[in-house]
Amino acid sequence: MDWQAIWLSMRLAFFTTLILLALGLPLAYWLTWSPRRWKFLVEALVAMPLILPPTVLGFYVLLAIGPRSPVGALYAKLTGGMLPFSFQGLLAASVLYSMPFTVQPVAAAFAAVDRKLLEASWCLGVSRLQTFRRVIVPLSLPGIATGAILSFAHTVGEFGVVLMVGGNIAGVTRTISISIYDQVQALNYGAALDTSLFLLGFSFTVLAVTYALQRRIWAVWPVN
Amino acid sequence: MASQLDCQLTCRCRKRLESGFELDAALSIPLAESPVTVLFGPSGSGKTTLLRLLAGLERPDDGVISLRGATWCDSSRAICLPPQQRRAGFLFQDYALFPHLTVAENVGFAATPEAARKLMETFGLGEFAERLPRALSGGQQQRVALARALAARPALLLLDEPLSALDAPSRIRMRHELRRMLLESGVPSIVVTHDRMEAVALGDWMAVIAGGRIRQAGPVQDVFRHPADPQVAESVGVENVLPAKIAARERGLLTLQVGEAHLQCVDSGETGPVFACIRAEDVALTREPAQTSSARNRLAGRVRLVTLEGPLARVELDCGFPLVAVVTAQSAGELQLNPGDAVCAIVKATSVHLTT
Repeated sequence: MDWQAIWLSMRLAFFTTLILLALGLPLAYWLTWSPRRWKFLVEALVAMPLILPPTVLGFYVLLAIGPRSPVGALYAKLTGGMLPFSFQGLLAASVLYSMPFTVQPVAAAFAAVDRKLLEASWCLGVSRLQTFRRVIVPLSLPGIATGAILSFAHTVGEFGVVLMVGGNIAGVTRTISISIYDQVQALNYGAALDTSLFLLGFSFTVLAVTYALQRRIWAVWPVN
Repeated sequence: MASQLDCQLTCRCRKRLESGFELDAALSIPLAESPVTVLFGPSGSGKTTLLRLLAGLERPDDGVISLRGATWCDSSRAICLPPQQRRAGFLFQDYALFPHLTVAENVGFAATPEAARKLMETFGLGEFAERLPRALSGGQQQRVALARALAARPALLLLDEPLSALDAPSRIRMRHELRRMLLESGVPSIVVTHDRMEAVALGDWMAVIAGGRIRQAGPVQDVFRHPADPQVAESVGVENVLPAKIAARERGLLTLQVGEAHLQCVDSGETGPVFACIRAEDVALTREPAQTSSARNRLAGRVRLVTLEGPLARVELDCGFPLVAVVTAQSAGELQLNPGDAVCAIVKATSVHLTT
């Protein structure tokens, strides 16, 4: 089994999830409560990775972070390195690719919070930010957990985007799925079988936990 | 003049809702004279919207709101304070307690531990401190909501149908309890209700709202005794609002023509076509034949319908015009009222109030 690839995938998924929580919670808040009429455009944009072939997304990300793009040039100036075929570049692509898996469950959880509770908090003199922290987040924990788990799992399983943006550098960008593909190409079926089995077990466990959370088997507090 | 304005809540707001309903309310409440003000109106009259405008939860299209000289909202100067800066405690119809926090955490949500502890004591919530709101009865939840609102030291308390979430027996018990709690808090309150018994039991002052407009405002008894117009009369529950013409005027008494019948009432200077308002409980019934010579108004009529409402009986009469009387079920039984029977309705001249 390619433990190096597994460890890389886990690291990638962990940091992707962390960044997505930081970006996805405010975005989901805005999507849920903004009175702007054009927010459906942002919703559509966020959901794009769900239907776009990973190769298309990966191709655009590659163009966007290449050394000749403004982003790539700025990154080179700041760090002296390049984004394509690096862990950081892979991370940026993964964040975009898994965005809907965080934002959608979290936005659904936010929308289920009774608006009166927010208003009650505001009328008590509590700021919008504190209301978010003290009322919305605790009441949306199952949805936030679902979003985080799905994003993590989705990143562990990604293939097309990694291939386009990261290539296949051992220890840097060779993730589990790339490793399996490599092993099959090399007719090394035994190793491919082991790694695949690991991914299968992992995916099933993650989905089982997610659905259990949604059913509130281990509810943080009982529903009324 | 300034000192008078200092203790007032002034609100002049216009807001058009998506449904097409338009609220256009002008209201000024002397908070010093009225610790508890009732905002009274039928459902859909705009009372909750007005309350939300006061709290800052809605923004008026156009308007001014000020409390004791402090401007909360002035659209001409582009001022509209967010709810956080108004310090208006809001009590939601279903209390909106935070379901993930205990009673103590709810009360202490926006208060110093000292203030929260004191209010928990005042409202007798000590024994429920560690419970979650859903484990409480409706009346207990209301106490928690009130304690939570007061703990934040509000300048004004806004209550949206505070008793409607309770079952009927506790609703009646809680009326007086709620008034006592509001008075003891020392915070001026505005209570929205569509129940006139609640309005009478809770309020010192009342404003009647209908169709998005304030129709009348004043001390509760005044509004009930002298409704300003037929719509107010109907909404405050004066059952008989009869179109009438002034037929004669002598020695402080007016003779009104209502249909074919005549009614006497006290002359308070009205002219032209008027409405005679008579509360159903001010109409007495007798089997004796009508005698027009009496000083009292005696109207001959026939019983159309008798409906029992608990200890009371509602009797609908036809006296040439429809007239509703409410008598005790006992006297309805003694009179043996049946549809079609001839009866005599007696109304004191002082019980007939005129509105134009």
